[in-house]
Amino acid sequence: MTDTTTEAPDDEVVETDEAREALLEAIGSEFGDAIIETHLVPGRDLWIRIDPAAWADTATYLRNRQRFRFFNWLSAIDWMPSPFGRSMDSEVDKLVGAVDEEEAAEEEEAGTGYAGGATRFQIVARVHNLSTLQGLTLKADIGDADASAESLSIGTWTHEYPGANWHEREVYEMYGISFEGHPGLRKLYLPGDFEGHPLRKDFPLLARIVKPWPGIVDVEPMPELPEKPEPAAAGDTAAEAPADAPSTENPEDTQ
Amino acid sequence: MTALFATDFFWETWPWWADTIFRLIFAIVAVLLPAGATVYLYLFKMVSFMQSRLGPMEAGPYGSMQLLAEVGKNLQKEDIFPARADRTVFAMAPYVVLLSTFLLAVVIPFGPEATFIDLDTGVYFALAVSSVSVIGILMAGWASASKYSLLGGLRAAGQLIAYELPLILAVVGVVIQAGTLNLQDIVTAQNQQEIFGWGAIGNPFILTQMLGFIIFLIAVQAELTQVPFDMPIAESELVSGYMTEYSGFRFLMFFIAEFATANIFAFLGATLFLGGWSVPPFLTDLLGIAWDSPIMNLVGPFVMLTKMLLLTFIFYWVRFTYPRFREDQLQKFAWKVLIPLSLMNIAITAVFKVVF
Amino acid sequence: MTAVSDRRQLAYIAAQAADARVNVELEAEGMTLNIGPQHPATHGTLRIVARLDGEQVIEADPIMGYMHRGYEKLAEVRTYPQVTTLINRIDWLGSFANEVPFILAAEQLMDIEAPPRAQHIRTILFEMARIANLTLFLGDMGVQLGAVTPVFYAFRDREHILNQIEAATGGRFHPNFDRIGGLKDDLPAGWVAETKESLGHITKFCNLMDDLLIGNEIFEARTRGIGVVPADVALSYGLSGANVRASGVDWDLRRDNPVGLAYDKVDWKVWTHPDGDSFARYWVRLQEVRESVKIVEQLLDTIPSGPIMAKVPRIIKVPEGEAYVETENPLGVMGYYVVSKGGLNPFRVKIRSASFSNMSITPWLLKGTYVPDVITILASLYFILGDIDR
Repeated sequence: MTDTTTEAPDDEVVETDEAREALLEAIGSEFGDAIIETHLVPGRDLWIRIDPAAWADTATYLRNRQRFRFFNWLSAIDWMPSPFGRSMDSEVDKLVGAVDEEEAAEEEEAGTGYAGGATRFQIVARVHNLSTLQGLTLKADIGDADASAESLSIGTWTHEYPGANWHEREVYEMYGISFEGHPGLRKLYLPGDFEGHPLRKDFPLLARIVKPWPGIVDVEPMPELPEKPEPAAAGDTAAEAPADAPSTENPEDTQ
Repeated sequence: MTALFATDFFWETWPWWADTIFRLIFAIVAVLLPAGATVYLYLFKMVSFMQSRLGPMEAGPYGSMQLLAEVGKNLQKEDIFPARADRTVFAMAPYVVLLSTFLLAVVIPFGPEATFIDLDTGVYFALAVSSVSVIGILMAGWASASKYSLLGGLRAAGQLIAYELPLILAVVGVVIQAGTLNLQDIVTAQNQQEIFGWGAIGNPFILTQMLGFIIFLIAVQAELTQVPFDMPIAESELVSGYMTEYSGFRFLMFFIAEFATANIFAFLGATLFLGGWSVPPFLTDLLGIAWDSPIMNLVGPFVMLTKMLLLTFIFYWVRFTYPRFREDQLQKFAWKVLIPLSLMNIAITAVFKVVF
Repeated sequence: MTAVSDRRQLAYIAAQAADARVNVELEAEGMTLNIGPQHPATHGTLRIVARLDGEQVIEADPIMGYMHRGYEKLAEVRTYPQVTTLINRIDWLGSFANEVPFILAAEQLMDIEAPPRAQHIRTILFEMARIANLTLFLGDMGVQLGAVTPVFYAFRDREHILNQIEAATGGRFHPNFDRIGGLKDDLPAGWVAETKESLGHITKFCNLMDDLLIGNEIFEARTRGIGVVPADVALSYGLSGANVRASGVDWDLRRDNPVGLAYDKVDWKVWTHPDGDSFARYWVRLQEVRESVKIVEQLLDTIPSGPIMAKVPRIIKVPEGEAYVETENPLGVMGYYVVSKGGLNPFRVKIRSASFSNMSITPWLLKGTYVPDVITILASLYFILGDIDR
């Protein structure tokens, strides 16, 4: 169990979050080793990555013992970098400095979010405790690191949160992750004979392939800056915020 | 003109087929003209104003030709039969509904002699033929081979049967008071009877049969399948109920039947409760003519038209104000409220009839 | 065999096949009624396959996706400022409210905060989007129950609000006005006074609905006790917004978690209703519109001066991280879970839309009801199809 804590982004926000830490402790004592990693942003949110084997039990515990009665949503993340690139690289962007190769490479190597992740697919769910007004984001890795993308499955939450039904169906069709014990796992949006799982990163977005990204051509000038942005320096120019109400005669406004 | 109508010579030389044609034309005018008038006045204009919009403004001055445009539009449309429809029944259904409307019109008197038929059992006939439309609606619902239509047809059948009873029972009070089933005689009774010796306005039965009148209006609203009793049509639930699959000319016939029947029921209501074609006796006394002088054959239709517009105003006002009942609530309302009330009304009327 | 009868036979076969398909979908016998995808009560293209016994619903299964536009996928290949154009179309009646949580999530990741004036104006526009959305519901509920007139009043009075939204943002329905770090523009001159005037129409409209529908016996007969959702069930299905408040859950993110919006600066009340039925949902929304009017009126008087944009780089790159921000949208809780890998575009955007969760209760709720009540319940749960299908 590893914990990471980022400092609160705002000075006003409390640096320590006792309520969430207490919650984390309670969950930790209940599940022990099943909790793989946690991430706490004080005053804002709590992420817990849990062993997929304990996924279904987590719902039972959270709903019945911790009064996380409100089921917010359930979804998944495909951490694989898209094989089609970012679909957002164009010569124009390189010119204006919106994209540089190093950064793009960094992006490729970037980690797997808060609370980490070991596999390509990760399931994410969020529940709320309305009496303490706490939200909690749960994550679980799905499958082994090199499991075939077809045999992904995890326990269902529908027994505790019936509202998870549709969310799990959506994940099933969009990511091809099946849920054991789900009462009626079939496609939600797509026609029954649709092949592929659209939200996986290796599912091509045809519209973007047919008509590639034109580049950032629509950078919007700030109201107080009538002159065109200079392309070379644009990347790190901070727009000067207007000190008072902006003038309405500004020709750039009307564009 | 009236003199011409009054002479025996005119009627003797008038060939029978001319009479038939005259009656036929008059029947069509009596059904379609008020229907057009109310649709334009109320459905297009009054309701538009109630809903803070202008209604049709383009066709003709102030949108007055809109109805013709609607008719033309519907006539141009393809006559669509659903794939699995029972074609014969599907095609016949609108005619049956329209037939009921015309049959209903024949017993309404528009003047001392301006009647199509002067039936001794006019009330009975009118209420009987008004139910014929149920058959047409059921036919339409069944033959459309659409589940929405079927549900609409079934609802209509249940509803019309449930509301037939209060309708009849509400009228029974009038029949007891007038002592006749003849609509012409009911008009006479209303004109000639006196209220405790005061006969200036005759005795329109709305005064003594207020409860019957209200039940009659409610039951008519249900008979017409209008809001708050429009479950058979129920746009938001059954799309358009039994009319869902109809288009073009056949839809137009349903449309005409719907609004024409509203008018005919208003005519019937005017005859039963508002004194029919007659004007209050003090007016005829003022003019120095008999209450049933032949001139009333010409004035009568306009008197009826006025009274009809008054009643249809109420129909449309309610129609565009209320939400609709649910089917079971409607049945409950009919059997548990309207029928006991109308029976009570009959009992009270009978007692008063015996006492006075 | 002639060509005509051929065609008829083909049509017949097609119809049979369609029926068979519906039956197979439910694995059921008996009468299945397809409510939708084109049906007046579904505000778009929702389809509810209901198995009926007479008019009683044995089983109802909503089928969606006729309008699925794949915003979560599309957002992955768009820059952050471009995403707002997409998400404007999720709940198309209260578009501005869709933008706010996404922008707030992006701001949270970038660690910037909009200046107070921008936050203030955001809140005003947010509430006006709520008014524009909920007034239509208030009228439309009448239409679903058979009273056609209220919706015309709704359209009439809502127009004043839309005009004001247009005056401020340039878009009646899809403002696309919110920017990371602030707003696109400041308010035009004279807007505050005009908006106050337009709010008067909404107050009158609320009173009108009070008279036309709330006080109507038929309306009460049709809505009271229909579609009762117990609080606990509502929460476990993820219902939110007025739907849970009508079940007695006193939870409103505007009060309980006003991130980046100016709700804590005004005096207003969260209305709840203990019944949990269709009437309660209508009533709560009616009160909510009134509260929104109050909120906007107070906010209009206290707009702070200052800039409307924070210091934001010209090309927006969001650092690596994850953020989930939700706000109390007209339809319920709407949230965006934004995963950034540090770049121009979000790596993953999960859109938590209110109607999706609100509608997920329908299979449970519609069981055993009658066809007319199905319409009442669907209307009172209040969904926008774009909010379900995304």
